[in-house]
Amino acid sequence: MANLIDIKGVSHAYRTKSGPLPVLDNLNIAVPEGEFAAVVGPSGCGKSTLTRLVAGLMKPDSGEVWLHGERVTSPRKTVGMAFQNPVLLEWRTIVDNVILPLEIVAPRMPQARRVERALHLLDMVGLSGFESKRPSELSGGMRQRASLCRAIVHRPDVLIMDEPFGALDNFTREDLWQTMRDLRAAEPFTCVLITHDLRESVFLGDQVFVLSGRPARTQMVLKVDLPADRKLDVLYEPRAQQMLHTLRDQIRIAQGRDGELH
Amino acid sequence: METLQKIAVPLVAVVLFLAAWEALVWVNNWPNYKMASPSDLPPAFWRFRWLFLEMGWQTLWRTVLGLGLAVVVGTLIGMVMGFSRIARDGLYPLLVGFNAIPKATLVPVISLIFIGQHDFNTVLMAFLISFFPIAVSVGIGLSTLEPEYRDILRSLGASRLTIFRKIALPKTLPEFFGALKVSVTLAFIGTNLVEIVAPHGRGLGALFKSGETNGDYPLMFAVLIALAALGILLYYAVLVLERIFAGWAERPQG
Repeated sequence: MANLIDIKGVSHAYRTKSGPLPVLDNLNIAVPEGEFAAVVGPSGCGKSTLTRLVAGLMKPDSGEVWLHGERVTSPRKTVGMAFQNPVLLEWRTIVDNVILPLEIVAPRMPQARRVERALHLLDMVGLSGFESKRPSELSGGMRQRASLCRAIVHRPDVLIMDEPFGALDNFTREDLWQTMRDLRAAEPFTCVLITHDLRESVFLGDQVFVLSGRPARTQMVLKVDLPADRKLDVLYEPRAQQMLHTLRDQIRIAQGRDGELH
Repeated sequence: METLQKIAVPLVAVVLFLAAWEALVWVNNWPNYKMASPSDLPPAFWRFRWLFLEMGWQTLWRTVLGLGLAVVVGTLIGMVMGFSRIARDGLYPLLVGFNAIPKATLVPVISLIFIGQHDFNTVLMAFLISFFPIAVSVGIGLSTLEPEYRDILRSLGASRLTIFRKIALPKTLPEFFGALKVSVTLAFIGTNLVEIVAPHGRGLGALFKSGETNGDYPLMFAVLIALAALGILLYYAVLVLERIFAGWAERPQG
């Protein structure tokens, strides 16, 4: 119990022309309530499949996905999602984009309260003053901030993020890490972050799950023993550097290039 | 300054065009029964002014009605093709084949099936000729919707209808209006085809036909100009609708 997300022995294969393509193989991930799980692994190892499983958008061939003590078999209203592409709706203003999930989840909520909630979040991510702009008028980083607001506007239990900062430049990305940290402090939610960026996984994660190459298994779980209100500088300290080293080695093993570089 | 330019440049272009046309007829000394010149047109318009109003109205309402049908049916077909692979695979060859048939050949067919129903036949042809681009653009717009857009709402348990209404439909609007601009011209062609070819027709096409029968070339050219004017009117009406409903897709220039 106590685990908000429990992925138990999940295996999945896609049917392709040249036979089944296994992407997940007996995958186990457990995330306690309120914790932040970062998932890293080589390209194409099935990380995006994992997000769709947790969101209930697809069912695994075998194994079980549990959220809040309930088995996930279909989409639930208590999930928020953010992708690398911010997928904002170009015909809506920023604030109208943010309230979109509320229109689905809370159809009876008065519009004024929706807007109030959205404006509060936009303020927290530094977008106040941009609420009536169109997405096309904003920079990539700002669009991703708005996308984060939309993902948590309905106070989901679980926030699922699939490389949300992957398309941003380094400095913008680091800004967004800190925004993410502040959002979590203000609005507790359990989080699964799929990423390619090891520094990101250490800065944001409470645990880092390293997946093996395809088909993905849980190859290693790293507990990140850093304070919750960490600053960016922490990444340059020896203990963080040590973790990054460990992760890098694990990725190398996952890629199947163990002997190659030694 | 800028608005002046916006009005003056097209105006000057039209005047230059008319002047070149007039000059062409004058220099070659063509008689009226070979080619009418712009200066012949105002008398022709004036002589048949009531006919022009009546026939112009006939052509206009049939075209708009046919186009309206094309929008409704074309969107429905596009939706079916956009959401179901099987429907897409099944409908595509039929639609492409149907679209490839020159519509002039259908006029006698339709005229025979629905004898004497001139209004109905004209509207039907305007519809038949113009629904294809709308169906294809809506179908492609829906089937190329990035999965993330759908997932955002699907992960919240939204129904397909909600996803269509909130995301797929508005996202397809720019493509839809692109197709509508093509369809409006096509519908116009369809209307005139029936009006000209069908016996005892009405509308501007029939007026053109009677000009031809009577050897009244200025009248025929006047009809052409009236058709062009109606075409421009309809096209800009679509532009205005596009501004209102899909203006967000327009990027600021510069």
